[in-house]
Amino acid sequence: MSLIQAGYLEYEELAEVQTLPDRERYAQGPVAVIECVQEIPCNPCEAACKSSAIRIGEPITNLPVLAADKCTGCGVCVAKCPGLAIFIVNKTYSDTTASVAFPFEYFPVPEEGDAVKAVNRKGNVVCDAVVRRVMNPKGFDHTPVVTVEIPKELADEVRGIQRGQKG
Amino acid sequence: MLSRDIVIIGAGPAGLAASIEAGKAGADVLVADLNMKPGGQLFKQIHKFFGSSEHHSGTRGTDIGIRLLKEAENAGVEIWLRSAVIGIFPGNKVAIRKDLGDGKTELITLLAKKIIMATGASENVVRFKGWTSPGVMGAGAAQTMVNVNHVKPGKKIVMVGSGNVGLIVSYQLMQAGCEVVAVVEAAPGIGGYAVHAAKICRAGVPIYTKHTVVEAVTDEDGCVKEVVIAEVDGKFNPVAGTEKRLEADTVTIAAGLKPVVELPRLLNCDFSYHGLFGGWIPLHNKNMETSVAGIYVAGDSTGVEEANTALEEGRIAGIAAAESLGLIPADRADARKKEIWGRLESLRMGPFGEKRLKGKEAILKEYKERIGLPSVR
Repeated sequence: MSLIQAGYLEYEELAEVQTLPDRERYAQGPVAVIECVQEIPCNPCEAACKSSAIRIGEPITNLPVLAADKCTGCGVCVAKCPGLAIFIVNKTYSDTTASVAFPFEYFPVPEEGDAVKAVNRKGNVVCDAVVRRVMNPKGFDHTPVVTVEIPKELADEVRGIQRGQKG
Repeated sequence: MLSRDIVIIGAGPAGLAASIEAGKAGADVLVADLNMKPGGQLFKQIHKFFGSSEHHSGTRGTDIGIRLLKEAENAGVEIWLRSAVIGIFPGNKVAIRKDLGDGKTELITLLAKKIIMATGASENVVRFKGWTSPGVMGAGAAQTMVNVNHVKPGKKIVMVGSGNVGLIVSYQLMQAGCEVVAVVEAAPGIGGYAVHAAKICRAGVPIYTKHTVVEAVTDEDGCVKEVVIAEVDGKFNPVAGTEKRLEADTVTIAAGLKPVVELPRLLNCDFSYHGLFGGWIPLHNKNMETSVAGIYVAGDSTGVEEANTALEEGRIAGIAAAESLGLIPADRADARKKEIWGRLESLRMGPFGEKRLKGKEAILKEYKERIGLPSVR
């Protein structure tokens, strides 16, 4: 299934287009996973990163390149990316679990401790998850970044949660 | 007769950007817009914009609108709202039906030294059985309902079209609490940016490529209750036996836009057909000046693109018009225009942009060959 038919790439396909963190970097803790796969005119992630870990340069249609060694996994780029295409993955959350942080611009915004259903890139529920952190400072401009704890083996698969039924 | 240095038609991103540049240069600028509020479509764009920092990227369209209005105010720009330009006549006379409040209007004819037309675009329709039923509407209309008027167009929505408008509006309908049942796309692939598609995939919305709407089935009140979609063949005809029935009360159509060009038609500006840009467009040169001297165009009305390109084209038109009035020295104007053309080029790069870059180059070339210099009429 190609990108333009499905609308998303699976992790293995993503690796062919984007520089993803390697096994070693994942072992060191939280790191950005940039799922921006088309050359579109956009570069706010580059300025958002205080560690200068994301490089686009000129022209602004270049794909972002992550210097994973400089990335601290802070999550600012997650909120700044207009395409909502950056995630923070922490494969060292515990012995058996990982955490994934993603932008979440729906109501209701989940709260820490909430039991939620984690979904993959296709929107299918893949496991139960617990919300561990919700960052929503003014500088994120209404794009809360939600971190959920999930089974470690699903760290490359989980990219969001099922939306609440309110509304 | 009332007169102004520059009359700008349309207070969207292109018109506002033009007014800011011309106003800052010291021109006496009037912007007329038939809507209740200025900003064009910016105030319904609640998503963060792409682009570079010069384009306020990462800022929501609504906030860019607020910023532009503030800049226009600071530049001394006058804006007439609910005021339709009903005609332009030889000698740069602009007829405006000005709103006086309380439902009263006055027909005013103004003499404009320069005119900038930034009239935007209108939505295309798709015809199918039931397409005139309540509940079938343009995606832009649905977007205005949720983001400007805070009213849900329906509960369960089928989006027709997977370009950026279809994908973004699907997302925003879900943000407003609607359910998007499906996105239906006649082409073999998704039209818009993958990041927009990925967002709605994560939300669990199926995207049916190679499908079309066959019928909007209505209930006894005539409202949509079900939408029939089907696969299409190579010629976009529905294939019998492939129908799927989706429970939905709303169909939103995002099948592209076409430039609004009645006013440049009235002036007999030279036109050219560019399917890539939505159809017939008035030709322009690097000053955004049409074949008629002193008449400029900018934004979607000279080729449907997006807000950032409209802003930049508006800036060029504003600078060029002020320059031709002697308000900006030629060397400074040239430097500014060159810088903006450079930014436009960067917006028109990559797999999505380069066709538009080539298309715009072709328009400039055609102008040079067919028109050369704008003529006084």
